[in-house]
Amino acid sequence: MDLGGEMDNDVLLRVEDVWLQRPGAEVLRGVNLTVRPAEVHALLGLNGSGKTSLALTLMGASGYQPRRGRIIFDGQDITALSVTERARLGLTLAWQQPACFEGLPTADYLALGMKQPSRERVEAALAAVALSPAAYVGRTVNSALSGGERKRIELAAVYAMQPRLAILDEPDSGVDVLCIEDIMALIRRMASEGASVLLITHRDEMAEVADTASLMCGGTVVHAGTPAEVRGYFAQRCRPHGDLLGSQPWGAEAGGTYQRVVAEGVCDG
Amino acid sequence: MGSHSLSRVPASILQQRDPAWAREFEAILEAYEQAGGKPDALRTPRVASAVISGNQVLAVNLVEGVNIEAQQLEHGVIARITVAPGTKVEYPVHLCFGMIPTEGLQEIFSEFEIGQGAEVGFLAHCTFPNAVDLKHVMDARIHVGPGATMRYSEGHYHGPLGGIVVLPTTHAQVDGGGRLESEFSLVHGRVGHLEIQFEVDVAAWGVVELVAKAYGSADDKIKVSEVVRLDGEGARGLTKTRAAVRDRAISEVYTTAEGNAPGAVGHMDCTEIVRGEAVARNVPVVVVRDDQARVTHEAAIGSVNRQELETLMARGLDEADAVDIIVRGMLR
Repeated sequence: MDLGGEMDNDVLLRVEDVWLQRPGAEVLRGVNLTVRPAEVHALLGLNGSGKTSLALTLMGASGYQPRRGRIIFDGQDITALSVTERARLGLTLAWQQPACFEGLPTADYLALGMKQPSRERVEAALAAVALSPAAYVGRTVNSALSGGERKRIELAAVYAMQPRLAILDEPDSGVDVLCIEDIMALIRRMASEGASVLLITHRDEMAEVADTASLMCGGTVVHAGTPAEVRGYFAQRCRPHGDLLGSQPWGAEAGGTYQRVVAEGVCDG
Repeated sequence: MGSHSLSRVPASILQQRDPAWAREFEAILEAYEQAGGKPDALRTPRVASAVISGNQVLAVNLVEGVNIEAQQLEHGVIARITVAPGTKVEYPVHLCFGMIPTEGLQEIFSEFEIGQGAEVGFLAHCTFPNAVDLKHVMDARIHVGPGATMRYSEGHYHGPLGGIVVLPTTHAQVDGGGRLESEFSLVHGRVGHLEIQFEVDVAAWGVVELVAKAYGSADDKIKVSEVVRLDGEGARGLTKTRAAVRDRAISEVYTTAEGNAPGAVGHMDCTEIVRGEAVARNVPVVVVRDDQARVTHEAAIGSVNRQELETLMARGLDEADAVDIIVRGMLR
């Protein structure tokens, strides 16, 4: 369905009042979110706030069909579309813990999503994530790779696909500091080449690459704005949840992340 | 056993035989290529090889240190392959077995004798491209001498009809410090009815790795039975089975590993993917007769991993193509 008439032409992704029920819990509660073309949007929030559930819902993963709300991509309602159909419209996802593929060489894996596969593009994608093409094109995308290598290859696969919107679910988790710098560089590069990025992260410093940001808490977006505004909102409005005090680090003690901090009065943690 | 030994096969081999032989040779080579083989290797003097169609030994090529003797039977061939002690065979020995007709029986009785310290690889392709009512029996005896290494890879192609029964049986002995790697693959075309039986005894510090891969569809039946006896100190063994079945196909994997000596280490690894009305079964048996031996197993049977599937779909592949890539990757 073409909804161009009621859409802002400057919006690539619009999430409208999305509710998601998972076994035992309502994990998304009326999420609203917009991402514009060539924009990097950081989605922040603590563990369990619903970020990954939102990512899977946007991609149309099995078991993540919203019970209410709409997902509009480039003016088209994609709420009922399959993963494949969404991907063919230019939407893709880098999973937080990427899957392994026994027997599938990296070069073949990267080529799968390319519009015009070529050796040159495979090598360029690997170089974009600071992996040596010579060392990796023949490597199998299996569990013999380290977590950091697998993350980089996943990002290379997303980059190689030249998506219109890449959802990157915590690309910075489980990787070393040098890798984080490479990831930030890749995100900037993707945006400079015209792609939008929805960056899901815990890290404040990762939000520096973003143009806009949202804070999720208790299954909904509680604030949106510039990354600085969102961090300011967090600093002023969010308090450690009483049940978690004394058991988990938070705020500055957690290295400036939002872990174990909830928005007072908005969610129950 | 009488012997039937042919000398080197020149590049112009096709011009030196009668037209009927040439037609048979060309047909089996074409089928060999369908099974994944490279026909040029069978025409190269530097590569030891044997080409057997039905009960006809069409060609044998020998290289230094490798001898192949063959005798024709009513429905097949007896083949004895020896590698002299200390020989390092540069190129894998190429073996081509098969039948072009739609019906019949082929029996291959083979003996492999790998001399002390020798190193050799084998690339075998068994092809039955037109099988409607065929039976292929393979009975192999393998002896890997002390410190020797044998790598044997066998690929099958049974055509699209599935009218074939394939019964490969192997008894192997790996002497001290020896190494045997065996891989069986049947992942293109129909399987038909396949029953692999493999038994191996491994002496001290010997190593055995058995890999079996098969992709069944329609009413195919796959049965893999393997027994690895780690009899010597420090002997090691691995069985790795990968099977995918769809439609109404059946896959059954029975593996036994025995740790019978100090330091013996064995592992059995089985993954089976099931789709449609297909059925997969895995029965691992672990036997340990020494308190310093260790044998483990892992098995995973189920449908295609959902995240793997959706990851590929998120790159734009439709579900059927994504499943195919995952299954073929597993079977690669």
